[in-house]
Amino acid sequence: MSEHSQASDRPSAAVRTEALESLLVERGLVKSEVLDGFVNRYVNDVGPMNGARVVAKAWVDEDYRRRLLDDGTGAIGELGFSGPQGEHMVVVENTDEVHNVVVCTLCSCYPWPVLGLPPEWYKDPAYRSRMVREPRTLLGEMGLDLDDGVVVRVWDSSAENRYLILPQRPPGTSELSEEQLAELVTRDAMVGVAKVHAP
Amino acid sequence: MMPAISLDVDGPAAPPRLNGELVFDAPWQSRSFAMAMALVEEGHFTWDQFRDHLIATIDSWESASEGVQYRYYERWQEALESIVTNRRILTNPEIHERAIAYAARPAGHDHGHDGHDHGHDGHDHGHSGRHRH
Repeated sequence: MSEHSQASDRPSAAVRTEALESLLVERGLVKSEVLDGFVNRYVNDVGPMNGARVVAKAWVDEDYRRRLLDDGTGAIGELGFSGPQGEHMVVVENTDEVHNVVVCTLCSCYPWPVLGLPPEWYKDPAYRSRMVREPRTLLGEMGLDLDDGVVVRVWDSSAENRYLILPQRPPGTSELSEEQLAELVTRDAMVGVAKVHAP
Repeated sequence: MMPAISLDVDGPAAPPRLNGELVFDAPWQSRSFAMAMALVEEGHFTWDQFRDHLIATIDSWESASEGVQYRYYERWQEALESIVTNRRILTNPEIHERAIAYAARPAGHDHGHDGHDHGHDGHDHGHSGRHRH
């Protein structure tokens, strides 16, 4: 029995994962190489830079911005970003008056094709419950202080909708290229727990 | 009491990554994640069906586990076992039996995949799940 077992008769999740994979592979239900492919894809290829490119394009291309807000899945797909958890994308725009932030209260749904897999804090029960109850306080604790006049809208991800925040373009960036702008855009800004700052 | 939200993924201790974040804390988490993806892709169940199991396991954990550290991918693995057995792809006893056998291997054989191992680079070299016993 492993010293890491949580209960006398229940091996750790690591061991149970290994057991499950070995059984599924033996039965021909999954191939280890296919699993390797998924892991590589999400560790190496898919990440917040995809979302950052979407945001930067929306900042420099007004037609694209309108398409993005009108049909998130379609406009994001124009850049080649699609796949599991990228269906039903809804893009909401931050303004001087409204700040938007995303949560998944039930299970940590997240728009993988544009942001990669979610960070630890997004999956945390405290984030999932408090962002609904006291978003302004929690945003403050996470380093984002909003003026009292700004309305905070919290979007709860669901099977029907995955949200991406279109952050405000920071002032003083009119000289920057689309590529340079994309480098400024952070994952946190696209979840809505931070703003994008000029370099 | 709600635990404090950890922002360590962005802290100076966070390992550098191509896409700016560590997506898996341990190799087994990536295997569990990928198994769900592969089974969905193969049509054994849909993502929404898996999500229902994930929601249920998270919900039951949260109502029963006050004060215990929440570990997302442990719930993910539990949901995966739940849907796999529920849909009669595998049975609970066979998963349990295999896991018990693996857990009983001599020390050092399971590479200490307890969710605390660091230093892996996110690539899938030499982790659990591809050993043959």
